[in-house]
Amino acid sequence: MSATIPARRWAWRKPSILPGFAPSLAITLVWLGVIVIGPLGVMLWFTAGLGWGGFFSIISRPRVLGDLWVSLSTAFLASFINLFFGLLVAWVLTRYRFPGRRLADALVDLPFALPTAVAGIALSTLYAPNGWIGAILAPLGIQIAFQPAGIVVAMMFISLPFIVRTVQPVIEDLEVEQEEAASLMGATDFQIFLRISLPAIFPSLLTGFALALARCLGEYGSIIFIAGNKPMVSEILPLLIVAQLDEFDYQGATAIGTLMLFVSFLLLLAINLLQAWVRKRHGG
Amino acid sequence: MAVRRSLIAVAIAFMTLFLVLPLIIVFSEALSAGIGVYFNALIDPNVADAIYLTLVIAAVAVPANLVFGIMASWCIAKFDFVGRNVLITLIDLPFSISPVIAGLLEVLLFGLNGLFGGWLSDHNIQIIFALPGMVLATTFVTFPFVAREIIPLAQEQGNDEEEAAVTLGAGGLQIFFRVSLPKLRWGLFYGVLLCNARAMGEFGAVSVVSGKIFGQTDTLSLAVESLYESYEIQAAFAVASLLAGLALLTLVLKAGLEWRHRDEIHAVRRKRSA
Repeated sequence: MSATIPARRWAWRKPSILPGFAPSLAITLVWLGVIVIGPLGVMLWFTAGLGWGGFFSIISRPRVLGDLWVSLSTAFLASFINLFFGLLVAWVLTRYRFPGRRLADALVDLPFALPTAVAGIALSTLYAPNGWIGAILAPLGIQIAFQPAGIVVAMMFISLPFIVRTVQPVIEDLEVEQEEAASLMGATDFQIFLRISLPAIFPSLLTGFALALARCLGEYGSIIFIAGNKPMVSEILPLLIVAQLDEFDYQGATAIGTLMLFVSFLLLLAINLLQAWVRKRHGG
Repeated sequence: MAVRRSLIAVAIAFMTLFLVLPLIIVFSEALSAGIGVYFNALIDPNVADAIYLTLVIAAVAVPANLVFGIMASWCIAKFDFVGRNVLITLIDLPFSISPVIAGLLEVLLFGLNGLFGGWLSDHNIQIIFALPGMVLATTFVTFPFVAREIIPLAQEQGNDEEEAAVTLGAGGLQIFFRVSLPKLRWGLFYGVLLCNARAMGEFGAVSVVSGKIFGQTDTLSLAVESLYESYEIQAAFAVASLLAGLALLTLVLKAGLEWRHRDEIHAVRRKRSA
């Protein structure tokens, strides 16, 4: 007879000597359920009540599809432009030392801190044809406010910190030795950036892009003042939800809300998959 | 060197155009008719009501999410259990949901045709187009703010000190207040700061559930909209300057905290970017 150590049974949590697991988890789950999951569940339940036919007849309305296209195209464009400017700002703030750097670094978070309605009226006033920036562009035949371009400008404003703040810590962690070695072997600065730095930064750029995109798609306050809000041209989907609610069309608002939820979910999923693929390829 | 200079120049130009100018125009428009008119716009009793409403909403939503954040960080950072990452994802969910949808959810729950609408109207309780709806919508939107600052921080700090305290015979609350809370102090302050800025400035979610009656159910953000839409541009910017001042104060405090606690903040950010 040989003594055996009893195999530890599978447990859903690792044992710990610290107290308070059950109550803290219970409160977390209840609060999460009451504030977030429950209400979302109710929206999905109301949507299910419409039936497939009812749901599709709402989301295939030309105004819904048109506004969805406006939201998606402007959000993609704004996040894409910010990939470059966000990377540039993050790079300059992390790598270079210049007077005013800390002030500039603090200012990156302004779009987080500035209430969206304030950003909205400020941007609208700046870019209106008689505004500080609008007046410079008007003689060139460029109009930004009350056009789809205005939506892109507002989205660029609010999503900038998402990309800068995601990329910055990765740039801080880059090993300068590799770059120095490449430089000694005669690589140009641009080659070094493209071949060594960028591949290391790329996964975090994707994360930042995903965060920026989600924020742009959902954004409301900073956009509606500058957008023009012409259905199917310069009206974003969140504004259409508000319009439906104002007309007491709760079914319409619910279906569009569910549509938005699914669209952002699919986009985030796609970007996560892309990111996993990039990581695998670069062996990160 | 030339490359470096031009990169810095482009970055500064971009930031000036996109971040500095919007800030300047708020104050410039607010003061465009002189300081007297500026203060006149601010002493309007409706503005005082909007300030009061904004403070009340933040005074409920921020502590609620602070307590939640502490609870969530305790169970997520101190223990290892199946589904922990799912829980973190669910907590972050409100970040990727439009604030307008946050408002819509409250309407679907408590509006006249909503889930509890009949019961509420029978009992003469008004949530939508009133303060409770605005508080709930704000709580939804600011839900992850404290939790997501202190969960990674608590994970980074580990459990060694808490476990030592247990072996020395400390009770749960004692460990929390004497060991864990002091370690999390600045993270909590940081989270509360960001949560408060968002709660006081929230527009989309609150706009959907507010009755939009200037002086009654208007917060500062909604007052900015009301005034702007009724072409009282200077007054709108005067109210906006209060919110911009709040934003600047938030940034100054945030920069100060980041300066004092750079190492921990970098560790937390790194965890998040990974």
